Amino acid sequence: MPEHEAEGQHGSPTWEVRDFLRRRREQIAQRWADESLFRAVFTVSRDEAVEAGRAVVEALAEVAGTGRPENPAAAGFTTVREQLGRMGAARARAGLTPAQISVEVDALRPPAVDLLVADFPDDAPAGFVRECTNALTALMGTLRLVVMETALNEGEAMLDRQRLQMLEVATPVIRLWDGIVAVPLIGTLDSARSQVVMETLLEAVVTEQARFAILDITGVPTVDSLVAQHLMKTVQAARLMGAECIVSGIRPAIAQTIVHLGLDLGTVVTRAGLADALGYALGRLGAGIVNAAPRGAEPR
Amino acid sequence: MRTAEGVEACLPIRSDMDLMWVRQHVRQAAARLGFGLVDRTKLVTAASELARNTLVHGGGGQMESARVTRGHLQGLRLAFSDRGPGIPDVDRTLSDGYTTGDGLGLGLGGARRLVHEFAIDSRPGAGTTVTVVSWALRPPHPREEM
Repeated sequence: MPEHEAEGQHGSPTWEVRDFLRRRREQIAQRWADESLFRAVFTVSRDEAVEAGRAVVEALAEVAGTGRPENPAAAGFTTVREQLGRMGAARARAGLTPAQISVEVDALRPPAVDLLVADFPDDAPAGFVRECTNALTALMGTLRLVVMETALNEGEAMLDRQRLQMLEVATPVIRLWDGIVAVPLIGTLDSARSQVVMETLLEAVVTEQARFAILDITGVPTVDSLVAQHLMKTVQAARLMGAECIVSGIRPAIAQTIVHLGLDLGTVVTRAGLADALGYALGRLGAGIVNAAPRGAEPR
Repeated sequence: MRTAEGVEACLPIRSDMDLMWVRQHVRQAAARLGFGLVDRTKLVTAASELARNTLVHGGGGQMESARVTRGHLQGLRLAFSDRGPGIPDVDRTLSDGYTTGDGLGLGLGGARRLVHEFAIDSRPGAGTTVTVVSWALRPPHPREEM
């Protein structure tokens, strides 16, 4: 305890607020448990909500003790940051906009301020009461900031995770036949994705001993010059490893666009559909597909 | 008469993610204005090229989209603007195969062939604005009756 600091600041509004928060922790937590933010997040039991409220009040008291209630990076918030983030995220999942969540956090302020004002004796100097109220209001504003900030960071972290998942998940290599592999490309083929595609394809060429690799772009909505460049690099890399690449799934609209754009895919074997590409590859392997002879024509 | 709802917009171009938004927006706006599949694909591809130029060469900027009409024709105007270094030699930039980066050098020239109207306003040091217009050439199909 930094008692020596306490000497100089004794009676300062923020310290008064700190003492008030510690003194009335139970009452504040009880009131907050009835507010929509806590009620909606802790649906199982009210005790849980009160417990969470106590932790938040304690954190606020610690921040008030630093004398800087407006600092959202205060160490006091560390203990409850995860919990606040979970609460914000839970409300966001329930369909609330950031503004609505912000309003819910702000709804915690009036009960606390009411208790604070009621705690002062009638003859307390009005100026000091106002200063204390302001300090508590600033502190609650900071809490609001921390909740929003934490919720936003959570969201960003989730986006990053999803982006990584997209990279991992969206590039399966399918073995269609002995020596023939296919990669169905889906979605936007940006630089990061195309790098992953190239790596997985080249690895599959080795492990499957593939002579033919089919890149199917049916699921790629836009083929612009960058996407085409990525495709051609992949084709060239595969060719260096002794595998021939076939680009399939070129829709009519894409074909016309490629022509107008001036892209030269002349060196790449292309087919309209995956089946055509497979047929071509099988033919080149000498394993063409023939229709079964009709029953009547079978030699007896 | 189709409404221009959801067509007028101003989108930031600051990251690869924004390029995706630009393509999505152009695709939907063109569909609303009655563009056919081919014209829509062409316009989206042109927008993708131009937005990437804005991002890569202009250091980021924005795209404004607006509905334009001529007689009974409806069209989509897209303006890509940045405050980058500008283009010193516009004619050379438009020729195929010319590139300052490591791309194919087809972006600007290719985009010009994909749209009906194309204009570049570039001043060295002050930035570049590329404006394109495409028309929904066939009269819009009244989808409700199909």
